[in-house]
Amino acid sequence: MDDSLGQIFIITVLSSNFVLAMFLGLCPFLGVSGKLETAVPMGIATSFVMLVASLCSYALNELLTRFDLEFLRLIAYIVVIASAVQLVEMFMKKYSPALFRALGIYLPLITTNCAVLGVALFQTARGYDLGQSLAFSLGGGMGFSLALILMAGVRERLKLSDMPGVMQGTALSLMLAGLLSLAFMGFGGIGVSR
Amino acid sequence: MSGQPLQAGNMEQLLEGIWKQNPVFVMALGMCPTLAVTVSAFNALGMGVATTFVLVCSAVLVSLLRHHIPKEVRIATYIVIIATFVTLVDYLIQAVSLGLYEALGAFIQLIVVNCIILGRAEAHAAKNPPLPAMLNALGMGIGFTLGLLALGSVREILGAGKLFGIDLFGAQFQPWVVMVLPPGGFFVLGLWLLFFAWLAKRKEVHHG
Amino acid sequence: MSSGSPMNLTPPPVNSLRLVRTLMLVTALCGGLIVAVWQWTQPAIAANKKVVLERSVRALIPQAAEIVEYDASSQGIAPARGEPAEGAIRFYAAYDKDGQLAALAAEGAARGYADTVRVLYGYRPDCECIFGIRVTQMRETPGIGDKIITDAAFLKNFEQLDVSVTQDMKSLYNAVKTVKHGSKQFGWEIDAIAGATITSKAVGRGINDSVQKLLPWLKPHLAQLERKGGTQ
Repeated sequence: MDDSLGQIFIITVLSSNFVLAMFLGLCPFLGVSGKLETAVPMGIATSFVMLVASLCSYALNELLTRFDLEFLRLIAYIVVIASAVQLVEMFMKKYSPALFRALGIYLPLITTNCAVLGVALFQTARGYDLGQSLAFSLGGGMGFSLALILMAGVRERLKLSDMPGVMQGTALSLMLAGLLSLAFMGFGGIGVSR
Repeated sequence: MSGQPLQAGNMEQLLEGIWKQNPVFVMALGMCPTLAVTVSAFNALGMGVATTFVLVCSAVLVSLLRHHIPKEVRIATYIVIIATFVTLVDYLIQAVSLGLYEALGAFIQLIVVNCIILGRAEAHAAKNPPLPAMLNALGMGIGFTLGLLALGSVREILGAGKLFGIDLFGAQFQPWVVMVLPPGGFFVLGLWLLFFAWLAKRKEVHHG
Repeated sequence: MSSGSPMNLTPPPVNSLRLVRTLMLVTALCGGLIVAVWQWTQPAIAANKKVVLERSVRALIPQAAEIVEYDASSQGIAPARGEPAEGAIRFYAAYDKDGQLAALAAEGAARGYADTVRVLYGYRPDCECIFGIRVTQMRETPGIGDKIITDAAFLKNFEQLDVSVTQDMKSLYNAVKTVKHGSKQFGWEIDAIAGATITSKAVGRGINDSVQKLLPWLKPHLAQLERKGGTQ
């Protein structure tokens, strides 16, 4: 497809937001968005892994297609992602142990984050070239972080308000997510060619 | 989840996943596909069956190999096994129904990162013989499918006036379109979870 | 598997060779499974795709008795083999029951509101125009974007959409363009659906991108396609 890089980026951050429109990355989105101070590093870590996953899966796909081994694509992608997450984990453990502890179990869970594998799968399905793939994964990471931060901000404020007990927890987060998703629908059409 | 193999209660294994530990409503797991594909009951069913297939097959294989997989590489091995069955189900769906394949799209392959499957493998299949592992996985799969169906039916009825493609209300019905769009997915799932939380609370009050 | 417990006097050695061997065995097993199922399902998948394609082409071109697939590229046209090569465009030649060319069809795709919108369009060489479309894939908003399938006024745009090619056969005289609802003036314009401009524009863009590439490559070789089996 001939969408330009800027278009792909803007569309992926806003109107085709990974979390709020494409439903990718929901587990961490609902799990880590309780506090702003964990949401930000989680967003950054996930964005980084998405970028790495995008690059590696582009290269892998070229390789697999050349040798007619498309059926190994999924296994190859997921192994690469798992490795990338391991590397990020080791890096974080060494250079920022406090952050590593704060993110806890959610760091290795980036491996099973649909957003990361989603980047690889969607860019392959849409036939993006290298530049488009990078714009797509950057936009995806940024959109994910944006949604995460917005959600964390709202949830932090909500903690101080009176809420029936039944409502608290995941049900509330989902309602909030629905409202955010509705709001983001307003971006529909942004960046699409004239 | 105890580490000992269970003898009695194989039926229990099956039922646990359907109600008490329903992956969608109780454990809130595997949500990405839940919201993305449940715009119609048929798609929900297709996704549920596909996920159950992968759940059961990978649970059985992991259980069969459980004494041979070294602890250090177990997660990597489980992931490779799950990815294999997901690839299989991808081809099987294409061979059986291209319509379903188009509808589910990339979410078929995203089954591989469905937390339910890896969770089951790690928590249960790796510690139990094949039969209980299979039943437990089957129960989880059925529970998951029921959850998807609950969501898909509501969204299809409200958002398109149909159920499994069958028109329910006739031509005058004004569909509540937002229900088949992303926000609707969030709202409907949130309402279902609210309902189940309320049920749990009532039970608590009655028994407390 | 409890290592390190006090009663266990000989803990199993963590042999990295064993790790690698197990991983390789598992991978080999899984790889074998995938290859087996892939080979088993390939014929069914190919047949399914063919059925879906033929159904779409026949809906567009009812007289089609036989559909032959071709690939067009800068080197000319050739019968299709497997997937189209890099840069080549696939098109379909529909022949009636007397073996005469009824019409040609090809696909165009562009990003709409939610995801890609794919249309199959029919082309007749004698009028140098597109005479109809069928939407083959879309995830647009129900009730709004999906009107491109049902809206009669919109579909009328495609009864004689001008896609004529210049004398030197290098490009089209005019690009296919979607214009605001009610402002269509020329035969190569598409009147958008009011309130569904984005999806309408996607259809226009998809068609334009496709014809701009396909027709200049196709036009010089049209004579070969007149009768079935012309390029053999």
